[in-house]
Amino acid sequence: MSTAAAHDAHDHGPAKGLSRWLFTTNHKDIGTLYLLFALLMFFVGGAMAMVIRAELFQPGLQFVNPMFFNSMTTMHALVMIFGAVMPAFVGLANWLIPMMIGGPDMALPRMNNWSFWILPFAFAMLLSTLFMDGGAPAGGWTLYPPLALQTGDAFPFVIFSIHLMGISSVMGAINVIVTILNMRAPTMSLMKMPLFVWTWLITAYLLIAVMPVLAGSVTMLLTDKFFGTSFFTAAGGGDPVMFQHIFWFFGHPEVYILILPAFGIVSQIIPTFARKPLFGYSSMVYATASIAFLSFLVWAHHMFTVGLPLAGELFFMYATMLIAVPTGVKVFNWVSTMWKGSMTFEAPMLFALGFVFMFTIGGFSGLMLAIAPVDFQYHDTYFVVAHFHYVLVTGAIYAIMAATYYWLPKWTGNMYNETLGKWHFWLSTIFVNVLFFPQHFLGLAGMPRRIPDYSIQFTEFNQISSIGGFAFGLTQLLFAYIVIQTIRGGAKATDRVWEGAEGLEWTLPSPPPYHSFTTAPEVK
Amino acid sequence: MSARIKLRVRQALVGACLMSAAGIAGAEYGLNLRQGVTPIAQGAYSLHMLILWVCVAIGVVVFGAMFYSIINHRKSKGAVAAQFHESTAIEIVWTIIPFLILIGMAIPATKALIAMEDTSNSDISIKVTGYQWKWQYEYLGEDVGFFSTLSTPKAEIFNQEAKNEHYLLEVDNPVVVPIGKKVRLLITANDVIHAWWVPDLGMKKDAIPGFVNEMWFKIDRAGTYRGQCAELCGKDHGFMPIVVIAKEQADYDKWLAEQKQSASAASADSNRVFSKDELIARGEKVYTANCAACHQANGEGIPGTFKPLKGSPIATGPAADHLSRVLKGKDGTAMAAFGPQLSDADIAAVVTYERNSWGNNMGDVVQPTDVKAAR
Repeated sequence: MSTAAAHDAHDHGPAKGLSRWLFTTNHKDIGTLYLLFALLMFFVGGAMAMVIRAELFQPGLQFVNPMFFNSMTTMHALVMIFGAVMPAFVGLANWLIPMMIGGPDMALPRMNNWSFWILPFAFAMLLSTLFMDGGAPAGGWTLYPPLALQTGDAFPFVIFSIHLMGISSVMGAINVIVTILNMRAPTMSLMKMPLFVWTWLITAYLLIAVMPVLAGSVTMLLTDKFFGTSFFTAAGGGDPVMFQHIFWFFGHPEVYILILPAFGIVSQIIPTFARKPLFGYSSMVYATASIAFLSFLVWAHHMFTVGLPLAGELFFMYATMLIAVPTGVKVFNWVSTMWKGSMTFEAPMLFALGFVFMFTIGGFSGLMLAIAPVDFQYHDTYFVVAHFHYVLVTGAIYAIMAATYYWLPKWTGNMYNETLGKWHFWLSTIFVNVLFFPQHFLGLAGMPRRIPDYSIQFTEFNQISSIGGFAFGLTQLLFAYIVIQTIRGGAKATDRVWEGAEGLEWTLPSPPPYHSFTTAPEVK
Repeated sequence: MSARIKLRVRQALVGACLMSAAGIAGAEYGLNLRQGVTPIAQGAYSLHMLILWVCVAIGVVVFGAMFYSIINHRKSKGAVAAQFHESTAIEIVWTIIPFLILIGMAIPATKALIAMEDTSNSDISIKVTGYQWKWQYEYLGEDVGFFSTLSTPKAEIFNQEAKNEHYLLEVDNPVVVPIGKKVRLLITANDVIHAWWVPDLGMKKDAIPGFVNEMWFKIDRAGTYRGQCAELCGKDHGFMPIVVIAKEQADYDKWLAEQKQSASAASADSNRVFSKDELIARGEKVYTANCAACHQANGEGIPGTFKPLKGSPIATGPAADHLSRVLKGKDGTAMAAFGPQLSDADIAAVVTYERNSWGNNMGDVVQPTDVKAAR
């Protein structure tokens, strides 16, 4: 990584051996830790998805019992959301924000170390529940009571691990905000910041606003289970629906936490490979802020079937539809950036284009789901599963992969293998559609989500989906191989790496020095 | 790849996209939303088609521009990048146009929603209660009520027998309703949240403990309509289907009369004295239908999740405690109170069965009259 970075006479290089990683306060090292952790969790969560797709390959119960199946769907979601996507974005923020704003490091380096090192413990605890009496949590990642309260010994461990993940995220978010607001080069005004920095600033505020809400709601579950309270128990005068309101007040902004940094990444990559400035920088900033604002007003669209009053259903339907406007602005801006550009199609660009195309498909199904009277049909079916995997896999994860290919040469000083990168893109894109597109049909035909077995009419599309799933899963091993290969060596990357790349990170050597900018650069 | 082959591939891809878009419109391949048999379902279907086509149209424009650009504005074709950016006018246009499209969608959606939520002036009311993992139906004002559980044999689920046509979508006691009548469902749950959904009826509602939700449907044509629980409710969430049979009014009346008759026959059992063998035989059936999902057919439960009955302190302790646990359940666990669910004779039978099976050898017998006294 950045071992060759002896940028001046001070002894500020990394420590040797394991202590470099345990005690590091360096934004690049911590960024690397986050990214490798996310990659590991991506495969752990992916392995769980393989179990799910194997069981669903045929009707009937073949490999796992229904309880374990439910544990797999629950754990897959928790691991992928909190273990893969969020840490990957925090890792990217760590690596890139100081370099992009012309600062030396993150503002709060010790807290940075802490916020990362909490995660391995949180996930060790979460994954240990697989071996506990009563099994891992099996009530869905949404932890709806009263079902979640039937969890066995795993229950307090799940709650505590969620607390830890929340603490880690909030600390990461504080660090991002403080860094962006205080560590910019003097000439970098807010409206000159790269969009990745902007989207992360807004995401960080969302994190600080909603992670405590999640912590509160799961703590109430904990006291309901162990301390005799009845927040969510109807028999004790509580209200099970209140949990859903609180959960989704966290949950919907969380969805944007998972996608806003992806918007930022794509907004960096498309101008580079179109060799043309982003069409509407300021409208992108305003659209991101609008999406973040609206995300607090739409939570009950996850709950159209709980028996909301008509006025409530109408409000949440209208508010949700409104999100299509700023999201549309973003897509139109990306397309306009490509228009009359001079495009080339290296792996980062391929993944960014894949993102725009397939995220938009996920956006369309999202718009359909917003329509409450039809959502009564879509709700809790595979149509929803297809929708959120289009926005999260071909959305968030594609953006993370695009970012990896885009900045990996900068981070390591080595070019990745472009041919393999292109193979990775095309195989992923073919199989991810084989995997998730048929799930739209399953949902529309009436297959509920989270079932281990299904009626025979759903067999064919489930088989197609499973084949796509296995192939997509295997393809990701190629990604790990490419990344490791690039870390170990390869053609030397230039400082600018990409012909059309703009921004401060490209003015640094590849790999960059251990402390990014010791003197503030001039921003034009 | 030569440029010509690349172009061919692209044309083929575009063609495939268009074909799949056309295919979505064809419900006969099981690709599209079901049209259903109620005005609500048909309303939802036409809204679904409207939004789908709007999305397809927007998609054609946006992706058309994107792919045109990808094909033509590439460096390998010698494209030189223009440097235009920032246009407030364009940004305003592509903010306002989608907004207007959304208003166009919101108007029919609002109308449909208002109609769906109007449960007034119903002809029949049925109370639906979700349990782990079965449904209870009570015809309000008719003194008719029953439980409805999955009737697919375990052998089919475990792949020992071929699966029948209605695999996992069949029940012992279907709900029967008359056609052309507005049926209102009052939906609640006894333990965890479930959701009552039959796709052809066009509506799903969560069944939530402590709440009574309402929904309605009016079925146009006689037939059998199948659905499933739609909200994750634990181990057997995938195994609690819903079957609605819509009949002509006369047939419905006949069915209702039969139900009332068999209910009165069942209540006569409460005063009978049964032999031990009779109770055990009946108890095994009751156990299989109500208890085996958790405690398992072999009485060993699932370690850590569901307690065993084999050799358990309750099932091998005083009969009164055992009976009380079955009648009243245990708070804070998945053990439900079966008192309101099962008849005196069924409870007597199942308790007797549990005390004298899997090596439990208490030898005693619980009679329906004991149950009546303990209620």
